[in-house]
Amino acid sequence: MATSTLASGIAIPLQIDSVVKSFGEVTAVAGISIDVHERACLGLLGPNGAGKSTLIRSIVGRVRPDSGSVRVFGQPASTPAARRQLGWVPQELALYPLLTSRENLGAFGHYQGLRGKALRDAIEWCLEWAALSDRADSFVKTLSGGMRRRLNMAAGLIHRPRIVLLDEPTVGVDPQSRNRIFEMVEALRTEGATVIYTTHYMEEAERLCDRIAIVDHGRVIVEGSKEELVTQSFGTRSDVLMRLTAAPTVAAWTAARGGTLQDDVAHFPVDRPSDIAALLDAAARDGLDVIDLVLRRPNLESVFLKLTGRDLRQ
Amino acid sequence: MIATIVHNGFLALRRDRGALVLCFVVPVVFFTIFAVIFGSMSGNSMPRVHVLVVDEDHSAASARLVRGLHRERALAIDTRPESKAGQSQPPEYTAATAEAAVKHGDVPAALIIPAGFGVDPISFTPGPGRKPIRILHDSSNPVAGQMVAGLLQKVAMTSLSGSMAELGTRYLALASGGLTPQQRQNLDANLARMHDQEERRDAQSDTGAVATGDNPGGLIAVETHDVIGEKKKNSMISYYAAAIGVMFLMFTASGAAGSLLDEAESGALDRILSAGVSMTTLLAGKLTYLVLLASSQLTLMFLWGAAVFHLDLFTHLPGFFVMTVVTSLTVAAFGLLLASVSHTRQQQASIATLLILTLSAIGGSMFPRYIMPETMQKLGLLSFNAWAIDGFTKVFWRDQPVWSLYPQVAVLLGFGAALFLLARHFARRWESV
Repeated sequence: MATSTLASGIAIPLQIDSVVKSFGEVTAVAGISIDVHERACLGLLGPNGAGKSTLIRSIVGRVRPDSGSVRVFGQPASTPAARRQLGWVPQELALYPLLTSRENLGAFGHYQGLRGKALRDAIEWCLEWAALSDRADSFVKTLSGGMRRRLNMAAGLIHRPRIVLLDEPTVGVDPQSRNRIFEMVEALRTEGATVIYTTHYMEEAERLCDRIAIVDHGRVIVEGSKEELVTQSFGTRSDVLMRLTAAPTVAAWTAARGGTLQDDVAHFPVDRPSDIAALLDAAARDGLDVIDLVLRRPNLESVFLKLTGRDLRQ
Repeated sequence: MIATIVHNGFLALRRDRGALVLCFVVPVVFFTIFAVIFGSMSGNSMPRVHVLVVDEDHSAASARLVRGLHRERALAIDTRPESKAGQSQPPEYTAATAEAAVKHGDVPAALIIPAGFGVDPISFTPGPGRKPIRILHDSSNPVAGQMVAGLLQKVAMTSLSGSMAELGTRYLALASGGLTPQQRQNLDANLARMHDQEERRDAQSDTGAVATGDNPGGLIAVETHDVIGEKKKNSMISYYAAAIGVMFLMFTASGAAGSLLDEAESGALDRILSAGVSMTTLLAGKLTYLVLLASSQLTLMFLWGAAVFHLDLFTHLPGFFVMTVVTSLTVAAFGLLLASVSHTRQQQASIATLLILTLSAIGGSMFPRYIMPETMQKLGLLSFNAWAIDGFTKVFWRDQPVWSLYPQVAVLLGFGAALFLLARHFARRWESV
């Protein structure tokens, strides 16, 4: 088992060690080990059914792992002290529809042990953080989808935990609300929270997370920063996409320079920016007009596709 | 097209167990219950009326009447309490102990045959010298008193035929201006033979050859006393307040307990449990809420009864409080159990409908248990409706003190504890998987 403290003696906020969980014959989590450090934002990126939610539920004690362990600041995750450090926002809108925003926050604050002024302050903080102060006394059933999502987040974090587990918090919300949720997560990070964020939207992971674990079939395929993952998979290579004037020689010209023609767009792998100039020179020399040119760096989706042979949203 | 619609309808029905239960099981169960209760009334399995008989006369006529009552199949006659094993035979009932038993609800009626009854047991006309038999009854069972009065006249006809002949002879002598010595001698001989026949018949065991059919004649003078209801304004209000109240409490509790299923479905339950709240604490919280809700509902019901139907609530507050709390507790635990065994709201509603209507039917919430066959009455004790109704009846009808509720309170608390423990057991599925 890995040590639960850093060399400096500071306990690792979240340490997942060889967690395995099966449901019948289906193995949802097949031995995942991850350390999440203080103030980090770890993205768990993977398609639906990859095992992300089961892993999160293992951390918060809603799923009992068949083997392995989860430690929170050095203590087993099942202990009350560890639970107080965890704040979980489930995928579902786990709210009382017939209560108001404020009443929902009050209820979940009570469940977390908050009372009196501490509870009232926490409710006000949550309403402000979720931009719901003006809808504090509205019934949940009258809120928009985005507002409910934000309230759902606030309800999970009302006790101001040090570790925040967000399980696909942007499912089913419009782009504007999604941006608002990103701002909420960024605000949490600014305040020093350690965040675990599951999603199957790579742009969310790219924007919010400083480390990303790509999960598929219950395993972590690869883990690192976005740059590390792309470099590991593609090195320094980028793609140049060139749209040329229609000419019978375009296909042969593209193939001669190591490229492929897809939908009338020539794709060329390049290692250095200077390679682009060479391509433009060659096109001009051979009488081909370049209509459009894009330099595309491989992204997390490219990494996932390369590693699994499948698209993230399959 | 129509065939496809019909096919889809049956496919959906086949896969919806709740709808299947409501469609095919509930009607059959109810038909069975009603058939058992009311179908038997035309046969020989009518519930027998338990009657205490006190013979203060100890005459030959009163003895014959008591023996005749014993032979009557529709009555279950007792003249003394059952002796307990190893103890000597207890003394016969007196008028006071019989009245107390009726007041206590042990029996629905008692017959007191007064001293002097045998001097002039029957008459075709009213007269000041006759000693009337007293029927003491409890009008919370309005059937029993009427039935006993009618059967008493019938038994008089069959058991006291000698006395009737004697009476006829006296009328004949008066009307004819006197009998000759020879006529008198013949009549006396025949009357003696009739008395002998009566004695021989009484000595025989009951062969079932007793005549049946109504014969209300007023041959025997009877005084009827409603030992409880004479002081009450409305005999059945407290009964129905409890009976209907408990049934609707069950519906309310099962519906409210369904919030557990809503919370499980929305994920709120997961969130609550992940916050460190234990399932036992959660269920205890739900139970408390349901008890308060049910108590409020019952209180409203009885307040309405007091305001509109003159139910005497305010002089029975301690008993009402005790019965309301224990009944609410049991019903709340019942609701939690239903929620914890169900997987969806629809499933819960189906199970609840079936169980609540069945328990209410056999437990006396729909019609009084005394009209049911004896087996059904005993079966009804398996439902907590019966115990709750009995408890409320003790409080409001019989004016019994709070301590006398201990059997009902003990049984209801036992039901409540067992149902809650079962609910806790089944709720394990919501804990960590």
